[in-house]
Amino acid sequence: MNSPVMRRVLAGLAAAVLAVIYVPLILVVVNSFNTSKVFAWPPPSFTTQWWVRAWESSGAREAVWVSVRVALIATLIALVLGTMASLAVQRFTFFGKDTVSLLIILPIALPGIVTGVALKNAFVSVMGINLGFWTIVVAHATFCIVTVFNNAVARLRRLGVNLEEASMDLGAHRWTTFRLVTFPMMRSSLLAGGLLAFALSFDEIIVTTFTAGEGIQTLPIWILQNMFRPQQAPVVNVVAAVLILVSIVPIWLAQRLGGDEGVPAAH
Amino acid sequence: MAASSPGYRKRLASLLAPPMLWLGVAYLGALAALFLTSFWTVNAFGTGEIEQVWNLDNYRALFTISVYRTITLRTLAIAIGVTVIDALLALPIALYMAKVASPRARKWLVIGVLMPLWASYLVKAYAWRGLLSDAGPVAWLLRPLGLDTPGYGLTATVITLAYLWLPYMILPMYAGLERLPDSLLDASADLGARPWLTLRRVVVPVLWPAAVAGSIFTFSLTLGDYIAVKIVGGANQMLGNVVYDNSGVAGNLPFAAAVAAIPVVIMVVYLALVRRTGALENL
Repeated sequence: MNSPVMRRVLAGLAAAVLAVIYVPLILVVVNSFNTSKVFAWPPPSFTTQWWVRAWESSGAREAVWVSVRVALIATLIALVLGTMASLAVQRFTFFGKDTVSLLIILPIALPGIVTGVALKNAFVSVMGINLGFWTIVVAHATFCIVTVFNNAVARLRRLGVNLEEASMDLGAHRWTTFRLVTFPMMRSSLLAGGLLAFALSFDEIIVTTFTAGEGIQTLPIWILQNMFRPQQAPVVNVVAAVLILVSIVPIWLAQRLGGDEGVPAAH
Repeated sequence: MAASSPGYRKRLASLLAPPMLWLGVAYLGALAALFLTSFWTVNAFGTGEIEQVWNLDNYRALFTISVYRTITLRTLAIAIGVTVIDALLALPIALYMAKVASPRARKWLVIGVLMPLWASYLVKAYAWRGLLSDAGPVAWLLRPLGLDTPGYGLTATVITLAYLWLPYMILPMYAGLERLPDSLLDASADLGARPWLTLRRVVVPVLWPAAVAGSIFTFSLTLGDYIAVKIVGGANQMLGNVVYDNSGVAGNLPFAAAVAAIPVVIMVVYLALVRRTGALENL
């Protein structure tokens, strides 16, 4: 394994795989300046007009705003529920602990269409609710809990209970201990988990198509609906390029936060 | 901290109740309702209204109408293809990251593999729609070699899904290999094994559970997807398309529910099969 030939072969193959990962993304960014509307390659010439049109596209801007609001509320719910579940699992012993962990993973472990159609059926047929903004939020919160939970559990396990016990031995009540000892030590892991939850929600498309109301467009839905329209394709391409460039931000943030798990869960 | 004291129980209950009401009652309830719905039918007038009469018509249709068998097998074949391609692509880079790269390079490689996970799903599928288009880069690259872009179809679907889920295969493989002590590789080499033999006899047995763990992701994600095939799959349909198309206003929600049971059954069978490999501890 350590022979120089093997090392070089592996390095070459690894570089090739990295190229496979990145070349398509780079091409999308380059193509956003392509004058051709059909991704003609090599580009006949370059233009910034699609960027101007995308900036002026009110549909895209509204969709971004919807996505941001959905993701923020879903993340907030996931933070509260995920933190509670992580404390229960890590600081208590009880029968059925594994079932709790399993239940939290289930919404992302099951194929997306299953969660999507199950929630749609529950909203529309069982509860008689019209699909709209809040049905998306509820659906997203359901599969976002796991990212917060995973990060918080990993942190709580690593922290141990010594400091919490010391705090209570010194006379602090449970709530004071949580507020002044446990929570500050969990904070960066909750930020990392919340960041993942936000990204997961912002990007989700499959469950969203099942649970979004008629007039509501999240950004992924806007992209999907406009992708097949020849007139809109270049604008979609600019939005795609922006999303690629923006995706560098959370990675940079996650590195700085030093979250326990930098892996976004499957959606 | 006595586990039986009333205060302990009360605190546990208050922490556990909200998440369990959300997931245990609402979400599991929705899944149960979906399962029950699959035994009902819509009325014959095509208004999409559900009649709560218990029968097995939906499941009978799934088994007897050949198009659904075709779609199920096609979806399964796509999932297998995607998993195999991802495993083959992930092996060299995971091996390089875990066993060859310097700690500094390793850190950057992990970031490099993680970054695309943050890039939007749709953007990545859209990228391949562009890449594989008739005038696109793949055609431009391959035509001088006498080849051509595969165009939009099943090949494009497999390529796109494999691209989408590749990080989910690389990361467990990398984590599995990182646990493999270097001394085992050295010992194998000292005992005279050539690199290829070491790979086959030392690395692969350690890698297997990790690869299976990755395959759970690639399998489940592929079975649950219907967007990629819409974007690059031409007229082809996967199970997800049948579920989605039947869940609409004019559709047949009970039938959609029955179709949605197929990927669940496949995943349960798959998980039962791979339990023995120890892959579930690798997740």
